[in-house]
Amino acid sequence: MTSAMKLLIVEDDREAAAYVVKGFAEAGHVADHAADGEEGYALASGANYDVLVVDRMLPKLDGLTLIGRLKGEGSKTPVLILSALGQVDDRVQGLRAGGDDYLTKPYAFAELLARVEALSRRGGASAQETVYRIGDLELDRLSHTVTRGGQDVPLQPREFRLLEYLMRNAGQVVTRTMLLENVWDYHFDPQTNVIDVHVSRLRSKIDKGFDKQLLHTVRGAGYMIRDGAR
Amino acid sequence: MTALGKLLRTTAFKLALAYLAVFAALSMVVLAYVSWHANALIAGQLNATVSAEITGLAEQYRQGGVRKLVAVVDERSNRAANGSIYLLTTFTGDPLAGNISGLPGASLAEPGERELPYQLSGHDTAAPYPAVVRVFLLPGGYRLLVGRDTEERERLKGVIANAVQWSLALVVVLGLAGGVFVAKRVLKRLDAMTETSRSIMAGDLSGRLAVTGSGDEFDRLAEAVNAMLERINELMAGLKEVSDNIAHDLKTPLTRLRNRAEAALRDARTEEDWQGSIEQIIAESDGMIRIFNALLLIARAESGGGRDQLAELDVADVVRGVAELYEPLAEERGATLTVVAPVSVTVLGNRELIGQVVANLVENALNYATGEGTGNEVTVSSEADGASVRIAVADRGPGIPEADRARAVERFVRLDSSRSRPGSGLGLALANAVARLHGGELALDDNAPGLKVTLTLPRVPARLPGPPDRVRLPAPERDAAE
Repeated sequence: MTSAMKLLIVEDDREAAAYVVKGFAEAGHVADHAADGEEGYALASGANYDVLVVDRMLPKLDGLTLIGRLKGEGSKTPVLILSALGQVDDRVQGLRAGGDDYLTKPYAFAELLARVEALSRRGGASAQETVYRIGDLELDRLSHTVTRGGQDVPLQPREFRLLEYLMRNAGQVVTRTMLLENVWDYHFDPQTNVIDVHVSRLRSKIDKGFDKQLLHTVRGAGYMIRDGAR
Repeated sequence: MTALGKLLRTTAFKLALAYLAVFAALSMVVLAYVSWHANALIAGQLNATVSAEITGLAEQYRQGGVRKLVAVVDERSNRAANGSIYLLTTFTGDPLAGNISGLPGASLAEPGERELPYQLSGHDTAAPYPAVVRVFLLPGGYRLLVGRDTEERERLKGVIANAVQWSLALVVVLGLAGGVFVAKRVLKRLDAMTETSRSIMAGDLSGRLAVTGSGDEFDRLAEAVNAMLERINELMAGLKEVSDNIAHDLKTPLTRLRNRAEAALRDARTEEDWQGSIEQIIAESDGMIRIFNALLLIARAESGGGRDQLAELDVADVVRGVAELYEPLAEERGATLTVVAPVSVTVLGNRELIGQVVANLVENALNYATGEGTGNEVTVSSEADGASVRIAVADRGPGIPEADRARAVERFVRLDSSRSRPGSGLGLALANAVARLHGGELALDDNAPGLKVTLTLPRVPARLPGPPDRVRLPAPERDAAE
């Protein structure tokens, strides 16, 4: 479980914001709410947040301008953009403006939570570490080898990347879309359980024959790799 | 703006005016040249005649002296008026012979050539005529004047001046009339076009600009505009069809959603009932969101959105990537997914859109063409020839009857055979829109048996020398063999 995060939600739809704030509270985080761009800017520059969740279209100060302004002032706080605009070019524009992740409305709260937790980098491994360890599972990013309990686990390159991404976000939920985006670099919504099949293949390679299961399915959300029961 | 003002303001009229000025100036130059030359010619002739006369008379004088000269001058003077004038005087100025009178004495004093007015003898009251004369001093103080009437020359000058006036007037009148005529003609056609455009703007999209068939620039413009209108009309029709389809195809899941919520409210008793119902409702809404996203994507692709984000990409790479993504799924369903993408082929495209289309096609094949009674084979391939690149997804499923193929790429068209299967009926429509966005096309063919969907895209010639291939993915076949 990740430690509590302090979040700022900048969203002009009060009902949606209240729902999101409540959701984060239930997940053990603290979320402030700003109803327009200017308020959001004032709050974001005043306090130290772990992640900002910014709606793209905001009254007074547009979301992308707000992000650009904060990043221009040297803010390192990760930003997730929420938007009803979900086309390829919209996303590219959002990420170019300084957003770290982009989520299209409407979305499942589990998806938002998983992405915000991944952005906060509170839980899993840092990008600098060369060896990820979960229990007796070890992934060496330099030699591209994986061992479980000292035994070599041969993986295909894509399976390696899948495991690497899961282990970097160890202890956090990783959704199917996050996997598709980060491991395969696709941004569409498959109509099939194609990701599940990949994960179950990976699971059969790293968990099969071991008492302790490390790769877990989180119902209604996605997957999580962790050591021990939740 | 008055009709005249409008006419005078047309480009055609202004052009006509400019031409008019140029032509007027040109005809003036021509006439001035002609008149100058004609003058010179006539003057030359006069001189020559006078010289000949003088030579003749001088000869007579040498032969017969003054007496002979007087006789000859008299004889010539009495000839019918031929435009020549003669006068022979003594050194005191008394006339001895000749056919003119009324010359001022001084005009004979100096030998040489000059122009002066004269009167024929016996016509003293008439207005003097102009003449070119030459005066000679003969031995013995006699003076001989020989000349020619220049009225002809003056008349010619008059004719030329007249011609200048008339032609100027004619050029101006004809030029103005021509300008007005052309401007009116142009204006008439432009007005017709403007009128049609207005009616189209008012909502009558079926209106078309008149094409006269003369193949002139207006026809070409009208044809281009008509083609544009045709396309707009098509898009509008497509839009209308889409909104109709959205109304129909979104109302269905919406109704289901509502029914489920209602049923849950009515029938759910246990916690589990509630949970199950709500999960169903969420799944139903997710389906609707998916339809919305697909529709937006199609609309965006059809309107040319994202065209500015095209970059060179290797189609073989995309094909292998998608195949690699779906290979485990195919295996799980007991099908073989074969990828045939031997060489890298470059197109100018949007990687995500093309990737999504190939993924959709593979998903379609896995959904519709696997299981009992099918060949359980899906082949995804990329190949290139000359100017085009073909990405094909072929299966051994039931295929699509030829009669239905054109309809299958339309939005929301789900052939009856597939109604019971999952899907929004938008996959092929998206593929079609993406193909068109890239300047290519989508074709459905019989794979005998099965369906073969081919996406043809224009090729970007590979830059040489280039890296052989950017393979960073394992070949899925090898993966499958493992």
